[in-house]
Amino acid sequence: MVGRRERVTAMITSYGAAIRDGFEYLLDNHPDVFTIGQGLWSPWYVGSSMTNLDKQFGVARVIDTPVSELATTGAALGAALCGYRPIVIHPRVDFMLLATDQIVTQAAKWRSMFGGDVSAPVTIRAIINRGGEQGAQHSQALHSWFAHIPGLRVVMPATARDARDLLIASVLNDDPVLYLDDRWLYEEQEEMPAPGPVRLEGQGARVIREGSDVTLVGCGYTTKLCREAAEALATEGISAEVVDLRVLNPLDGETVIQSAAKTNRVVAVDGDWKSCGLAAEILALVAERRSNDTPVRLARITHPDAPAPTSKALERQFYFSATDVATQARRLVG
Amino acid sequence: MTPAQRAAQGVTDMPASLKDLGTLAEAGAHHADIELPPDPTPFVAALERMILIRAAEERIADACTEGLVKCPAHLAIGQEAPPVGVTMHLRKTDRVFGGHRSHGHFLALTGDLHGLFAETLGKDTGVSRGMGGSMHLMAREHGFYGSVPIVGATIPMAVGAALAAKMDGDGDVAVSYFGDGATEEGSFHESLNLAVMLRAPVLFVCENNLFSSHLHIDLRQPRDSVARFAVANDIPCACIDGNDVVEISRVAGEAIAAMRNGGGPQFLECVTYRWRGHVGPREDEDVGVKRKDDLAVWKRRDPIARLAAALIKAGRIPPRAVEDITRRLQNDIERAWEQAVRDPYPPPAALLERTWSDGGSASRR
Repeated sequence: MVGRRERVTAMITSYGAAIRDGFEYLLDNHPDVFTIGQGLWSPWYVGSSMTNLDKQFGVARVIDTPVSELATTGAALGAALCGYRPIVIHPRVDFMLLATDQIVTQAAKWRSMFGGDVSAPVTIRAIINRGGEQGAQHSQALHSWFAHIPGLRVVMPATARDARDLLIASVLNDDPVLYLDDRWLYEEQEEMPAPGPVRLEGQGARVIREGSDVTLVGCGYTTKLCREAAEALATEGISAEVVDLRVLNPLDGETVIQSAAKTNRVVAVDGDWKSCGLAAEILALVAERRSNDTPVRLARITHPDAPAPTSKALERQFYFSATDVATQARRLVG
Repeated sequence: MTPAQRAAQGVTDMPASLKDLGTLAEAGAHHADIELPPDPTPFVAALERMILIRAAEERIADACTEGLVKCPAHLAIGQEAPPVGVTMHLRKTDRVFGGHRSHGHFLALTGDLHGLFAETLGKDTGVSRGMGGSMHLMAREHGFYGSVPIVGATIPMAVGAALAAKMDGDGDVAVSYFGDGATEEGSFHESLNLAVMLRAPVLFVCENNLFSSHLHIDLRQPRDSVARFAVANDIPCACIDGNDVVEISRVAGEAIAAMRNGGGPQFLECVTYRWRGHVGPREDEDVGVKRKDDLAVWKRRDPIARLAAALIKAGRIPPRAVEDITRRLQNDIERAWEQAVRDPYPPPAALLERTWSDGGSASRR
């Protein structure tokens, strides 16, 4: 039983509610924070993650907008250049692509191309919606694309606590940050203390389960699959270490490399396409930074290189499961 | 549509075609005298600033010809009036954004010759520490928040800067400079609508020089005036002679005053013309296409000569003032240029250190 005092400082919270806690903390404690994007005055677009923030903090700081991803993102960037810390919301990654110029060519390069002293502290939050027969234009993740861009931090929380704390860290950071959360994680629960300030600098990959036979590397939703696979493997006597990447740019390769040096087997698990993707980057890091001569066995699990299907028969083929991760790990160990 | 028909529809200051405007009528009819206000004193300084912009850009043009400046330099020679007329009403806490052709916007606010020259040369002492070149200028201490060459990219940023000014509540405004080509971008149309709905105090200034790169507006849009887009978004607008700094200053002053008093966005179309090609120093060629023969006509509408003539006629400056001012400024320009040429380039470490807020430790992980 949790006593009354503990209940005040530590609570079980879902991933979706934890995001809302992050917004509440930021809007409560930082008058320079506001949020802008489509659907913010509707409970429908962003699930439980922003419920009633407009009523709590007012429509001048929680701004619903016209259907203009580009201008909304550009306006958030402009306000960020003038002393604010805006969070622009894109309820689906797919629609955010209309604002790619502002994210990739403007915000990410602003510091460098103006000499290094000017900050563009805008946070771009986009939600990955997978499956559910939503098809090719409602299901993209594309985190590898964006993690390719110097100057743009990319974070992908896998747990409820990270969903809250990495949001706070993103907004308090002086660089533009793309924060990608995943609808398939919204019901994940975790006990966490009250929110506080978090620095994004120094946040990197984390070993969330220790093991010695094989390293499973995931980010966002695939971290959950890696954890479930590790639990299944443990019942067979296979000890899997799980690394949650958390921050994709700048990528913390050191944690993965150290784990690989211990297990000599790495499965990179990525909920995106294979070609030129994050899984390839992880395996390349391990291959080129190997510290001893022991051969390292490498494998990757990704979506097939095809647009996400609508038919649920094809969805079963497109989306992999924890069982698939465990199967691949067994092959490397065996 | 006749002017009477337009007035009946509640549309003012917006011609059906620029050919209706006096300034664009047949050659010879359009160097109408500039009409000075009762106190023309501020326009003596305006004349000097316009001469400074032209002489500075001529120096950069020479450096392009000499091969010293390699980065794309988009010169605004002939278009000096809009930034000088607008800047007369700005203060340092306002927020101005530009585009690829922004030397004039920058100099109108700052007068910083050395910072501009060093930047076009890629030197560490440039306004963007040599990281940006001609197309990436910034001077926030003067209210210049940045210029970039992606057409239309800074228009929504100016809307956001105006939203920030509105949230600050100090009566500051944003200014967005762009050309007629930018009005063909989606960012422009999204931004006008968003600015209205946010009631953001941003002055949209379109310097309509009739060309996007080599292509005339008649080959790109069904009409040659772009103020119609402001009308479509319920934004107060005016379409005026962009080579008449007095008229620009008058209209911009009214628009900015309305915004400082809590008003929403305003739109100003300044019809003007650039004397050099889209990029680079040449007058006779525009990105591979031979220049049109209307340059000679437009040179008779020289915004500097027209203002000087009015001031001379009013007895405010001596007859040879333009030559005298130019000669004096040439000294400043040469001194600033020579210093910029001697200055150091950015150090190698700048490449990674200037990418992230924590000075590069992130990218070395």
